[in-house]
Amino acid sequence: MTPATPVSPSAPVSHPTARGHFAGYLRFLWRVIVDATDGSGWFYAWMTLLTAVALVGLNAWSTQVRDGMIVTAMTDHVSWGLYIANFTFMVGLAAGGVMMVIPAYLYHDEEMHDVVIVGEMLAIAAIAMCIAFVVVDLGRPDRFWHIIPGLGEFNWPVSMLTWDVIVLNGYLALNLHICGYLLYMRFLGRRPEPRWYVPFVFLSIIWAVSIHTVTAFLYCGLGGRPFWNTALLAPRFLASAFVSGPAFIIVALHVLRRFGRVHIGDRPVAILANIMRVTILINLLMVASEVFTEFYSGSSHTAAARYLYFGLHGADGLVPWIWTSVIFGVVAAVLLLRPGVAKHPAQLTVACVLAFVAVWIEKGMGLIIPGFIPSTLHEVVEYAPSVIEWQISAGIWAFGLLVYTVALKIGLPILAGPRGLEATGTPWKKAG
Amino acid sequence: MPPSTDDPAPAEGAPSPEGGMTRRTALKVAGATLGAAAFAKAIAPIVSWTADQSVDEFLQKHYRKLSSDELERIMARLEAETKRDYGADVEISDARPQEGVKFGYALNLSICIGCRKCAQACHVENNHDRPSGNSYIRVLEMQKGTNDLEQGNVNYTHPVPHPDKYYMPVQCQQCDRPPCVNVCPVDATWKEDDGVVVIDYNWCIGCRYCEAACPYHARRFNWTKPQIPAEEINPVQAYLSNRIRPQGVMEKCTFCLHRTRNGKLPACLEACPTGARVFGNLLDPNSEIRRVLANKRVFVLKEELGTRPSFFYFFDE
Repeated sequence: MTPATPVSPSAPVSHPTARGHFAGYLRFLWRVIVDATDGSGWFYAWMTLLTAVALVGLNAWSTQVRDGMIVTAMTDHVSWGLYIANFTFMVGLAAGGVMMVIPAYLYHDEEMHDVVIVGEMLAIAAIAMCIAFVVVDLGRPDRFWHIIPGLGEFNWPVSMLTWDVIVLNGYLALNLHICGYLLYMRFLGRRPEPRWYVPFVFLSIIWAVSIHTVTAFLYCGLGGRPFWNTALLAPRFLASAFVSGPAFIIVALHVLRRFGRVHIGDRPVAILANIMRVTILINLLMVASEVFTEFYSGSSHTAAARYLYFGLHGADGLVPWIWTSVIFGVVAAVLLLRPGVAKHPAQLTVACVLAFVAVWIEKGMGLIIPGFIPSTLHEVVEYAPSVIEWQISAGIWAFGLLVYTVALKIGLPILAGPRGLEATGTPWKKAG
Repeated sequence: MPPSTDDPAPAEGAPSPEGGMTRRTALKVAGATLGAAAFAKAIAPIVSWTADQSVDEFLQKHYRKLSSDELERIMARLEAETKRDYGADVEISDARPQEGVKFGYALNLSICIGCRKCAQACHVENNHDRPSGNSYIRVLEMQKGTNDLEQGNVNYTHPVPHPDKYYMPVQCQQCDRPPCVNVCPVDATWKEDDGVVVIDYNWCIGCRYCEAACPYHARRFNWTKPQIPAEEINPVQAYLSNRIRPQGVMEKCTFCLHRTRNGKLPACLEACPTGARVFGNLLDPNSEIRRVLANKRVFVLKEELGTRPSFFYFFDE
């Protein structure tokens, strides 16, 4: 629910003047930097670890740009690999972050309001990772400006990739605005005005659906790739996004409770677990539906699915991946369906981790690679990521976790939300 | 971990003991310095790479936005770079489509013997990377009695032709509705007036979406900088076709436009020992290609995808 005081914008604390506003904003930014770089020994250790992994990835990418993408295991047969697999998964995670927002704003759930920013910040970090995964997949990152509308040649609306550029950056901007506005108001000690963020919240809910739908259209619009060319792809993307997003947030909330020194009620976790109970079943149903269609008809278009699940002509590189995904997904579903699972943090965490890994495989390697095997001329050339690809991917994950950690570090003070502000009466910092 | 040490908000707002702040600040500065040094080390390869890239190339506009003067200067620069990097004197021109011409290609499956001479000729003509043995043509050995690609094989090593097989070379079909052109996010590939689908190698960003979209495996990526000995380089080059491609961009068959737009035949056709290949102007009613289309049993590959190829296969009897 939006703050109780309806239209009256003025909070008890004083307003900055126009001139004071700019100085105030600078102080706000300084405060953000200080908060982001200050913490306990554990915090520094965690940040150092992430920085080190990110730098290893940066060095690997740097080498890839210099020597060419021959350092990857990709070929003209399997021309997208681990990077695009991770990109596709991360789009889902970004969309899934919005699952916090829907109950909070659509159903006026007060306790969800308090932790909604955890999901919005996840969206920010996930989109940052998406952009990074696309950039490292480019053969010529130096020509990145060619895709900037106005500067380069933007093949819109024909190319689905240009739609993806629009929706991903739009989603990033929306979430940056919402989080930034709420934080700044908290810094000023003022109550956030609903008209400056609530419309954007509702827009972001619709937008979250669009980012994953458009990303699915990237693949299912290709007539020459029967494995992707299915109308079920976009719905499947959404179902799995609403598994992986809540799964990540539940684990994040548990970690925040333990280390973050913020009060988080039981209700948000319970609601998210309930959402997962439904979405994980829908996701499994859709997988089963596609597997049936592929295998029962037995047409030659099913070669990719045969390769994925059972191997084809002795090539079976993806078989262990996909069965890991299937088993993890089913076990997670069984764990989640047990009554009162939300009251057992350990069990719930295990279910979330299993579900997360299951979707990472299914929407990643399990989706992208079979699109290329067999190739359009039915050649079977396998793919397993090279060391450099693993390094770069790990580096981007570390970078994403850096962004997320910093965002939460800054955002912790407003986790209490407008309601908390009213209750405690201790603004983050008195304005002026 | 003990939660008491991990409370940023109140601690920072209040004045802290002077010594604590100083030590902490010193540690932060040391950490930042170390991080910056590690960062510089990490990006060293990319820094050395940028030293080889020219500013002119970085700022270069899309091919279709270039004035003829600009294009002349660019082609002169590319010739100089080829001399510098490969030690070869080459001549790069801008071959334009001819009025009233739309190219078509037909291939006689009844007489193709699968010798792969066409693929080899393509490799040489188009200045392909030598170590990878790249070519725009793949020859499938097909099982007689079926045109199911799944039963085809490109890696045959026995003497040809095999009595139970027939052979089907596949290259760019120069589709009238090319999926590869639609998906390109930066308009780096397009269909020219004579039907040839081309790429601006200096505009492509290397996302490889076109390679995923093509149903015919017609596109190739330059996974590294092509290697060719100077004496093997074909010096007759065009901007949109066989000039040596940069690292990290897409490339494809252009029906040898540096030859065909100047009245010659494609290299793959000239290399064919059986005369299985027919090339010509689809708009000329007296051309051989029109005679084939009118009189032979013709089909196109993957017709159900609606790509409308300008490449046709036919049987003699």
